[in-house]
Amino acid sequence: MTPTSSPATPAKRQFTVPTVADLAAQGKTPEILFWVGCAGAFDDRYKRVTRAFARILEHVGTDYAVLGLEESCTGDPAKRAGNEFLFQMQAMQNITTMNGYGIKKIVTACPHCFNTIKNEYPALGGEYEVIHHSTYLQQLINEGKVAVKGGESFQGRRITFHDSCYLGRANNIYEAPRDVLAALDADLVEMKRSRANGLCCGAGGAQMWKEPEPGKKDINIERTEEALATLSGQAAALDNLRGVETERTAPSEHSLQGAIIAVSCPFCMTMMSDGVKNKEQESAVQVFDLAELIASAEGINA
Amino acid sequence: MLQPILFALLLLVAFGLFTWQVRKIRANILVGRDRDMSGHFSERLNKTVLVAFGQQKMFKRLTPALLHLVVYVSFLVINVEVIEIIIDGLFGTHRVLRFLGSVYDVMMATNELLAVLVIVAVAAFWWRRNHNPPVRRFTGPELRMWPKLDANIILYIEVALMVALLFMNAADIRLHELRREELPGTFPVSQFLAGLLPAGSETALEVLERTGWWIHIIGILLFLNYLPSSKHFHIIMAFPNVWYSRLVPQGQFSNVESITHEVKAMMDPSYEVPAPPVGPDGSALAPTPFGVKDVEDLAWTNLMQAYSCTECGRCTSVCPANLTGKLLSPRKIIMDTRDRVEEKYNSPLIFHPNVYGEEAKHEPITDLANATLLRGKVTPEELWACTTCNACVESCPVNINPLESIVEMRRFLVLEESAAPNSLNIMFSNIENNGAPWAFSPSDRLNWADDLYVAEKATV
Repeated sequence: MTPTSSPATPAKRQFTVPTVADLAAQGKTPEILFWVGCAGAFDDRYKRVTRAFARILEHVGTDYAVLGLEESCTGDPAKRAGNEFLFQMQAMQNITTMNGYGIKKIVTACPHCFNTIKNEYPALGGEYEVIHHSTYLQQLINEGKVAVKGGESFQGRRITFHDSCYLGRANNIYEAPRDVLAALDADLVEMKRSRANGLCCGAGGAQMWKEPEPGKKDINIERTEEALATLSGQAAALDNLRGVETERTAPSEHSLQGAIIAVSCPFCMTMMSDGVKNKEQESAVQVFDLAELIASAEGINA
Repeated sequence: MLQPILFALLLLVAFGLFTWQVRKIRANILVGRDRDMSGHFSERLNKTVLVAFGQQKMFKRLTPALLHLVVYVSFLVINVEVIEIIIDGLFGTHRVLRFLGSVYDVMMATNELLAVLVIVAVAAFWWRRNHNPPVRRFTGPELRMWPKLDANIILYIEVALMVALLFMNAADIRLHELRREELPGTFPVSQFLAGLLPAGSETALEVLERTGWWIHIIGILLFLNYLPSSKHFHIIMAFPNVWYSRLVPQGQFSNVESITHEVKAMMDPSYEVPAPPVGPDGSALAPTPFGVKDVEDLAWTNLMQAYSCTECGRCTSVCPANLTGKLLSPRKIIMDTRDRVEEKYNSPLIFHPNVYGEEAKHEPITDLANATLLRGKVTPEELWACTTCNACVESCPVNINPLESIVEMRRFLVLEESAAPNSLNIMFSNIENNGAPWAFSPSDRLNWADDLYVAEKATV
């Protein structure tokens, strides 16, 4: 045996993401279906998250597959916008596909897909165990399948987590994403409006596809300002904007350089990234999904 | 002898009037669509104990929670004394519960201390509402005029009741001193107030004591009959409202079953759609519309929620749309619902619909009878500003769900009127044609997986 090669030239392996149809042709059913979602499949920024999560699945040797071309919108935006008919058409179509393949367990990186499949598909005949990728990553870390080392170090970097409404208030998942981030050994800071009091990024309820109603400000700007103030240690300066009472002590100055806003939802990703650009901080502050941070810390990007 | 008869008559009229008003409200609530809320007894009991009795959700913000706790606990405790007042009034007795001995001492002392705390808390409430600028959630177009006055009237009545209680005791102390009799009970506050009262005239003191007594009980009975017209009705409705909370995850929106039948029939021609409901005479009932246009399209639980709202504005203060200056205010949706149902059906004794002016960007409504909840009170602009983030639902101390009404009204706009904003119509057709809300080709759905590599790590 030769000694391990230097980390400068890591070995990499190409892989093909299996589709459920391919597996079915071999008489197999995946243990877990990776529901990619429309943003994960089409949005250029979120495709990177999908790829990072696929690398993680591949890295730990999960028995997974995707629906590929057979996947269709869950119907979430239609339902939130009041188009129940279109929602149910989409839902029934997806349920027929998944039940046809005998799908039992689903993981998805989109809280909207997660909420819809988990909570709204059962009434239409789709009963699955659905987990969000934040919970799945938490499990992988807890089980030691992902060591969160060997790649980029996040030690000491300031990270704040922006709660997704459809993960948090909608489904009471607050700790899983935080546990995942804790594994990075970074400097985690909480925004004042976090967990159940988290402020929406502004994209939910089909707002993603329309211009906001007239107002004083865009919601993503309000939220980005809070995130940036938190990361720079100036959160107290924002007190006057909000009715939230605080127990935070005197602010301390931090450079925004290298700070990270962590998200776990494709729409939050878009809204927060746009907000950071609007505040002209894109060269200092980055917006990353949990899966990207973990894949990067694990050193499996290639 | 005259006094007990007068008192009995007063009680009869007051409770009769109150019952009459409550029946009207009950009828208003039952205007809503039927919704089966049976079952889940232990879960509902648990929620009622924690959220309603235990005020769990109030404690997200400590200062108002403590102030409210004082008034709430006092309401429960001081009402024990009301039982005594009623017995005394009916049978001409005086402080009939004195046989409780030391327990009575503790009771009276507690009541007096609570009365003082209530006055302090109410003063703080008044300040929070009326100083300039007031706490943000006590502002907004829906909180002018009657709702603003209503909030202050409640505070004034509460102070008046507490002052009457204390002076009644103070006069009683003086009276007993004068007659050299022993007064049952311990009075840590009014014993000091007694010093302010004239010591000489027994008649004057008797009048004062009786006045305090009558003001206290008449005040309570008037307040009781004021409740059905007021946001303060929440002191009763909070409990059934929490009992009938939604028990599913907040992200789960209701399923429209009539649509499920249609979709199933479309996908499977052999599927048999259940027969439409028939009226008592066997004739088919008019089909119910999709979504909500007016109050009777809402579920009865939504209408009950409108009567449980105390207009505290926690929902509006956390609403991302409202925070950023949009027209939407979840509290207004709930207040509009109550205004509309009272306008259209029964109204209690003192009913004031909230009339919006220019401030809420409403067209002046001339034909009140035909001005439905949707458009007549709630504008599409408000509804489309919602991000469905559930912050309002999470924040409500009595588990009111404004989001449900918002989505139901969106359903009416989209399914009955095809009145969605154009950009959303484009999103709908993208989903229909491409299976995605954006205009991407479905054949590109797996392109993200092209050229994927994973770094091989030395196995540990």
